[in-house]
Amino acid sequence: MIAAMVAQNIFFYAIAATMVGAAVVVVTSSNVVRSALALIVVFGGVAAQFVLLAGEFVAVTQVLVYIGAITVLMLFGIMLTRARIGHDPDMTNEHWWVGALTALLLVGVMGYALIDAFGDDALPADRRVVDVNASNTATVSDAVFNQFLIPFEVISVLLLAALVGAIVIARKDR
Amino acid sequence: MLNQFLLLGAVLFCIGVYGVIARKNTVLVLMSIELILNAVNINLLAFGAARGDVTGAVFALFIIAVAAAEVGVGLAMVLIIYRNRASVDLDEVDSMKG
Repeated sequence: MIAAMVAQNIFFYAIAATMVGAAVVVVTSSNVVRSALALIVVFGGVAAQFVLLAGEFVAVTQVLVYIGAITVLMLFGIMLTRARIGHDPDMTNEHWWVGALTALLLVGVMGYALIDAFGDDALPADRRVVDVNASNTATVSDAVFNQFLIPFEVISVLLLAALVGAIVIARKDR
Repeated sequence: MLNQFLLLGAVLFCIGVYGVIARKNTVLVLMSIELILNAVNINLLAFGAARGDVTGAVFALFIIAVAAAEVGVGLAMVLIIYRNRASVDLDEVDSMKG
């Protein structure tokens, strides 16, 4: 049991360090394509954290939607807008220190609030939910199609509207 | 520990906020917004795991769907800005400036 906890912690910190490093590359790199590729590492790390939190289905969806679709869309966006591939020093504006200040302030406030509020609260060691015989995925699907059926349908309509909207906005003959 | 996941989410969120403020290229700003959305998803699943509840996972799924819609519309807007101005530099998109 304790060995499992230690292993979980080791994996958490290894993945978290990779993610934070890759996220910093995303926001500081002067090469757009490198930013997009570092973003893939962050998304993969987030999926791994979802597995640690016993959200297998969300982890698989994360890989499919983010790594499979959104990153490809981003790369399409980069290619179609003919951003300079390769080194481009003109990617961060001159007021970047305002952003750095805001981010540091935010991380300070949020870190203090989180440590103050949750301290050493432990996660349950066995992160299986509700029904011991069912998998977490089965429980999630039950929740989506019972309790959250109406939000689910609304999301479907939203996706359709976004699809139509994207085509209408981007088409040429107007 | 619950807090290690929440703090990771907070750090990712702040890196995303920095990216949104500091970047000039519109596509890079969209990427930073994705970082922020992912940080929120980590928090949702962490709270879900802490409460032994699947609601967090369900909402994370909804956020992923909304993020996909947002990226689609966002990139369409970036493309139309590029077509009209031959640039995706956010500092040059100022026609609504007073």
